[in-house]
Amino acid sequence: MKILTCPLNGPRNIAEFSYGGEVTAMPDPNGCSDAEWADHLMMADNTAGIVREWWCHIASAYWFIAERNTVTDEIIRTYPASEVFKQRIDFDAPDGGGGR
Amino acid sequence: MPFGLLKYGLSRRYPVERQLPPRPDLKPSYDVVIIGGGGHGLAAAYYLSRYHGITDVAVLDKGYLGGGNTARNTAIIRSNYLTPEGVAFYDESLRLFRGLSHELDFNILYSERGHLTLAHTDAAIRTSRWRAEVNTHLGVESRLVFPEEIARIEPTLNLSRATRYPVLGALYHVPGAVARHDAVAWGYAIRAAERGVELHPKTEVTAIEQTGGRVSAVVTDRGRIRCGAVIQAVAGMSSVVAKMAGFRLPIRSIPLQACVSQPLKPFLNTIVVSGSLHIYVSQSSRGELVMGSASDPYPLYSSRSSLEFAEGLMAHILELFPFLGEVKLMRQWAGVTDMTPDFAPVMGLSPLAGYYLDAGWGTWGFKATPACGLNMAALVATGEVPDRIAPFTLDRFADLRLLGEKGAASVGH
Ligand SMILES: Cc1cc2nc3c(=O)[nH]c(=O)nc-3n(C[C@H](O)[C@H](O)[C@H](O)COP(=O)(O)OP(=O)(O)OC[C@H]3O[C@@H](n4cnc5c(N)ncnc54)[C@H](O)[C@@H]3O)c2cc1C
Repeated sequence: MKILTCPLNGPRNIAEFSYGGEVTAMPDPNGCSDAEWADHLMMADNTAGIVREWWCHIASAYWFIAERNTVTDEIIRTYPASEVFKQRIDFDAPDGGGGR
Repeated sequence: MPFGLLKYGLSRRYPVERQLPPRPDLKPSYDVVIIGGGGHGLAAAYYLSRYHGITDVAVLDKGYLGGGNTARNTAIIRSNYLTPEGVAFYDESLRLFRGLSHELDFNILYSERGHLTLAHTDAAIRTSRWRAEVNTHLGVESRLVFPEEIARIEPTLNLSRATRYPVLGALYHVPGAVARHDAVAWGYAIRAAERGVELHPKTEVTAIEQTGGRVSAVVTDRGRIRCGAVIQAVAGMSSVVAKMAGFRLPIRSIPLQACVSQPLKPFLNTIVVSGSLHIYVSQSSRGELVMGSASDPYPLYSSRSSLEFAEGLMAHILELFPFLGEVKLMRQWAGVTDMTPDFAPVMGLSPLAGYYLDAGWGTWGFKATPACGLNMAALVATGEVPDRIAPFTLDRFADLRLLGEKGAASVGH
């Protein structure tokens, strides 16, 4: 059994978690071009080595960040997302959110 | 004659027939360099040399030829996909596979078994019907079958209603087949080498050079080689090699695991897949059950295999074939697969001129080996993207024109 240490729930079987993708800088949803947004959605560094990634403890729906080596599968560190993300992001579209 | 055989058996120097030439020295330049000597790279080399007269070609592999996912896959060949673009492409490949032993004059042990995708839910029945309609429309033999007929096709399958997920129906794809995966790589390699293609195992690409937006050279651990064109066909290492060429891909490298049981007398007629139970199984001509599942839950550049995989798989296999309870597993393994967001491949041009992509084959690319090689060779030889592979362009991700193949590719590979 592989153990992942959740910052909220402590060490748990990795089967209790869901992988959420690399932590990447999101372009400004109101200001970026379609191409930048598509790149953000689709493309990945897919690094072979140490990466920062999102994980979720499914039972408690708690999202956090893990640093993991994608070659050796060694988990280096886990911590709350608040260590990286200091402020809230609001998705208010320019036209008031009604869509086009 | 018996004496001849005895003499041969006792001889110290077997008169071994060498089918592949020994690895030559690298030349300073080639017309075409192919990175990756799996089935895909070798097929492209063969079709370039056979149909386009392009023989100044070097195939480079960091390991041994055909030792990547080509050696690790479960060899399922089918064309019962969901999108019209996918069905047409994989059907071309299936037709090429049927004639491949003759084309290569090398037995690839192609064996048509029929392919059953079990449906245990209404939603799965709906997807099966959808696939059957798209397939039939494009001339591919697939139809929806129900338990009475399934029992005739696969008599040992547990069709009891008293299971956790009773079988409600299945998509029956008559031409579903398996082949000897290694033989496919060897056959292409031998015939390409006969026409002058150079095969360079144990040659790792470490950098890619460009001049004025065009690829100009490939740097390897055995030296630098100039080249006119490059095909990248490195499966799980796609992102790593593309980075050397200066661009990113919509790919995540995720392991896929498989295993085989001890050999049993033949009892399984078809290839059986269950999306709801996340398993598939076929029986090899040696009698082993070849079994696998969906991809691992997270990315990893390692071909380790896990107990979780074997446990989860077996629980569901036993639901379908309870009498296998005492059967032993012989081997389990994994391969690092290049997964795309839409479960469809990336073939064609790249942001770097002269640099061609054969990637995003994830868990489904063995069956594509002939059609991909054929079309990639045509692309490199003519500079024109063949219609057959045009929809699989890298640009589709920027334009959000995805190919949505997940419903037909996430568990059945
Ligand atoms: C367990 C498993 C089961 C599967 N089952 C099926 C199936 O049933 N049906 C199906 O159609 N597909 C299946 N697949 C998918 C299929 O195996 C692959 O899509 C296909 O084999 C890819 O072929 P390839 O030639 O592109 O890659 P590979 O055979 O992986 O060849 C790529 C080569 O590139 C080389 N390489 C990498 N980096 C470098 C470098 N820097 N320099 C030089 N060489 C390099 C590697 O050494 C490797 O040999 C399965 C895959 C796995 C792992």
